[in-house]
Amino acid sequence: MTKRLPSLVFLERQAYKRRRMRDLARAVPIIGAVLLSIPLLWTRAAPGGEGATTSQALVYVFAVWVFLIGLAAVISRVVKSDAPDQKPADPP
Amino acid sequence: MVAFNILVAVALLYVAFLFTVAFLAERRAQRGYGGWLRSPVVYTLSLSIYCTAWTFYGAVGYAARSGLEYVTIYLGPTLVLVGWWWILRRLVRIGRTQRITSIADLISSRFGKSTSLGVIVTVMAVISTTPYIALQLQSVTLSFAVFAQAGGRSWGGEELNGAALTVAMGLAVFTVLFGTRKVDANERHHGIVMAIAVEAVVKLVALLAVGIFVVWGIAGGPGPMLAQIDASPIALWQQNGGRWASIIFLSAAAFICLPRMFQVLVVENVDERHLNIAGWAFSGYLLLISLFVIPIAVVGLDLLPAGQNPDMFVLTVPLSQGREGLAMLSFLGGFSSATSMVIVSTIALATMVSNHIVVPIWLNAKAAGGANRSGDVRYVILLSRRLSIAGVLLLGYFYYRFSGGGTALAAIGLVSFSGAVQVLPALIGGIFWRGATRVGAALGLITGFVVWGWTLFLPSFGADAVMTQSVVDFGPFGIEWLRPYALFGIEGMDSLVHGIMWSMLLNIMMFFMGSVLTFPTPLERLQGAQIVNIFDHSAGSRTWRGSAAGAEDLMIMSQRIIGSAQAQTFFQREAKAQGKIGYLPDVTPEFIEGLERELAGSVGAATAHAMVGQLIEGSGISVDDLIAVADEAAQILEYSSQLEAKSAEQDRTARALRDANEKLTALSVQKDAFLSQISHELRTPMTSIRSFSEILRDGDTAQTEHERYAGIIHDETLRLTRLLDDLLDLSVLANGQVTLQDQHGNLHDILDRAASVAGGEGAGLRILRDPSDEVLYLRTDMDRLAQVFINLISNARKYCDAKEPKLRIKVGQINGKYVVDFIDNGTGIPASSQQVIFEKFSRIADQSKAGGAGLGLAICREIMERLGGQISYLPGQGGAAFRVILPTAAILANR
Repeated sequence: MTKRLPSLVFLERQAYKRRRMRDLARAVPIIGAVLLSIPLLWTRAAPGGEGATTSQALVYVFAVWVFLIGLAAVISRVVKSDAPDQKPADPP
Repeated sequence: MVAFNILVAVALLYVAFLFTVAFLAERRAQRGYGGWLRSPVVYTLSLSIYCTAWTFYGAVGYAARSGLEYVTIYLGPTLVLVGWWWILRRLVRIGRTQRITSIADLISSRFGKSTSLGVIVTVMAVISTTPYIALQLQSVTLSFAVFAQAGGRSWGGEELNGAALTVAMGLAVFTVLFGTRKVDANERHHGIVMAIAVEAVVKLVALLAVGIFVVWGIAGGPGPMLAQIDASPIALWQQNGGRWASIIFLSAAAFICLPRMFQVLVVENVDERHLNIAGWAFSGYLLLISLFVIPIAVVGLDLLPAGQNPDMFVLTVPLSQGREGLAMLSFLGGFSSATSMVIVSTIALATMVSNHIVVPIWLNAKAAGGANRSGDVRYVILLSRRLSIAGVLLLGYFYYRFSGGGTALAAIGLVSFSGAVQVLPALIGGIFWRGATRVGAALGLITGFVVWGWTLFLPSFGADAVMTQSVVDFGPFGIEWLRPYALFGIEGMDSLVHGIMWSMLLNIMMFFMGSVLTFPTPLERLQGAQIVNIFDHSAGSRTWRGSAAGAEDLMIMSQRIIGSAQAQTFFQREAKAQGKIGYLPDVTPEFIEGLERELAGSVGAATAHAMVGQLIEGSGISVDDLIAVADEAAQILEYSSQLEAKSAEQDRTARALRDANEKLTALSVQKDAFLSQISHELRTPMTSIRSFSEILRDGDTAQTEHERYAGIIHDETLRLTRLLDDLLDLSVLANGQVTLQDQHGNLHDILDRAASVAGGEGAGLRILRDPSDEVLYLRTDMDRLAQVFINLISNARKYCDAKEPKLRIKVGQINGKYVVDFIDNGTGIPASSQQVIFEKFSRIADQSKAGGAGLGLAICREIMERLGGQISYLPGQGGAAFRVILPTAAILANR
């Protein structure tokens, strides 16, 4: 039972940081969705005309992808350390 | 060129290899050392069943047709995975606390354990998976055809169909063999998961190998490759924004909603923390697998003559360069992708069909006669799963035949995805919004499904196959606003975007309106609160009142469903938690709740609820109870957790005290009885000794009579001695003054000895044993152990009141301990007496025919305690049953 006591307004530094990390973990997919829709704003090329090419989009998309994975990996290390919240749900 | 026969041989060898892997993993898991089987790596790799033949073959074809759009199929899941904190974490926690067995089970469980919702979701899942399975059959068949053609033989329709049918049957056999071996409490399949993990590695390696060959072997490095992409037909960035966003959404939703993904993500999850790693690791896997898709497509378009099926570029590009080894590896990769998907999908669907359709029907059909007591539920479940697996594969094959087998793989896959995601509103609404109701969920599901069927599924069979071209062009009966590609007269949209938009929109609307306008039942509200607030309290809901159902009845039922060893362990654990000894806990609401959840792991929540409900006889929840529970919950929140723990402790103590008190009262009554009994026992022989010795003293007896009287005196003295021996033995044991012998021996020999000392096979009692189980070397006090066995066997001989008394002696292993069960076929010991039979001076029903003083079992218990083992009464076995747990330290070698 994680009931917050009403008197506790400020958290200690560690717990505060941990909560912000969780916020970041929640934000990752939103960041990803925004970054991945950016190519839709690029100028579409008419055949023979100027505009973005598939190879540029390819490089961009994979770069965003690597960035997301890296971010998630870093966050997972930090978030993991707050194990008490993850009490075993199943009795052995 | 690779001979076609070699190819078939390689495929068969590969399947045999998978069999071995699955078998070994299963065996390891069964023996309890599944260490690395439960590692996050295996979990991550098992998620790769997301990447099916669609990915392996279809992605390249997709890229060749529509450029970079294929990548959306992998970006969606990536977003879900890196955002695991939002949805996946919640799903996994819910799955574990509520013991969810499938996505249908989750929906049914959330909305008040509703059977009808379970049926709806199951039917939808089966229908929407059908095209997907057809896709796998088509791709495997096509890949065989590619090799046949390379070998100079072009396949016609007949051969293709034959190959598809053979593949379908082979997969059915493999899945039945490994997927339905047992009704596991948590529906976990270690063997299958391990095989899937191996296949994950094979397909990744194969695709990477082809990719590396294409980029460095043909194009000459990344730089020239990019230049070649820019020179290819798919060079220009002309992405349709609607499709891009829709497909990312679709694949993200499908990643959660597909029955097979739910199976590996939630049901097969053994540790919540694995998500943490899988979140980024599996995203990485997806990235790697889609990395070389565009290069392969571009090179394929460039090298191969126009008109080649781009779905098969992964095979045809290496073949055209004479790289047969690489083509073979690539073939195995595609084969892996297809088989792993089919196996997990059919298992997931079969579980759903058996738990939500077959078992409820079976229960209903037998409801009149108290169903759960007769017949073997396990057998019905297993049989229905096996049939469902075959059925699902057959449906896939029919779809393949109907759709003609010529469609682009990705197009089929997208149709299947958009059907599966119709569950999304009910799922997400169910786990985040307490206001969602059963009616809303059902309305949303059905609406979405119908719209999907009309706009995407039926047209997918091809023009004039199911739906005539005139319906597509002018609407049914000329009703224009019902045209499948232009609902409500809105034209000009991409047909996929159109179908997804309308089905999801109407689905969500009906779900929302239905939920807002209806009132949920109490059980729905309770389940809703539990599931939505899963992180606040993982404690069970209380949906049962204390009731008259006997713990023994519940035990008999559970043994039928989850097997006797598991049921006994569960009951024993519960009894221990209540502070009681033995196998029968008090039937408290908490206990019934726990039992229901345990059963739900095998047969699904709705069915478990119905089965327990039959035994409890309708004392389920009412609105009054709900209010009472809510009041209680509010009060509990006010106490600190310390107080809570204390009150639980007090509860346990009080229960233990109550038990002790009952025991004491019973004992004091018995002690009085015993005192008069023992004085009687002592006096009878004494009287005869006195009288006969007086006669002898008087002296005027004949020689023969003299001998007879002396004989009687001798016999009576012996009886007295035996009685005194017993008493002495007991007091020595009880005071701990006994010296134990250190002896070696075989359990089999001791049982032999005990059986023959206790009167052997004769005199009416038949002893049934299984000598092969009994070979077990022990190091303990053999004479004392034999004494216990002798006592139990002669008890059975004395008290078993069956017409043809039989005693079964079973040696087995439960929770790592060796046990010997003595089970007879008499009436057994009434529950009221089970408490006291091991106490000194106790004798049931005062039957003096036994001729003992009620010390035998008390002595047995003292002996077993001294030896470090245990003896207890085992209820619910259809007769008197005693379980002797051998001391762990005594086991020398195993067989």
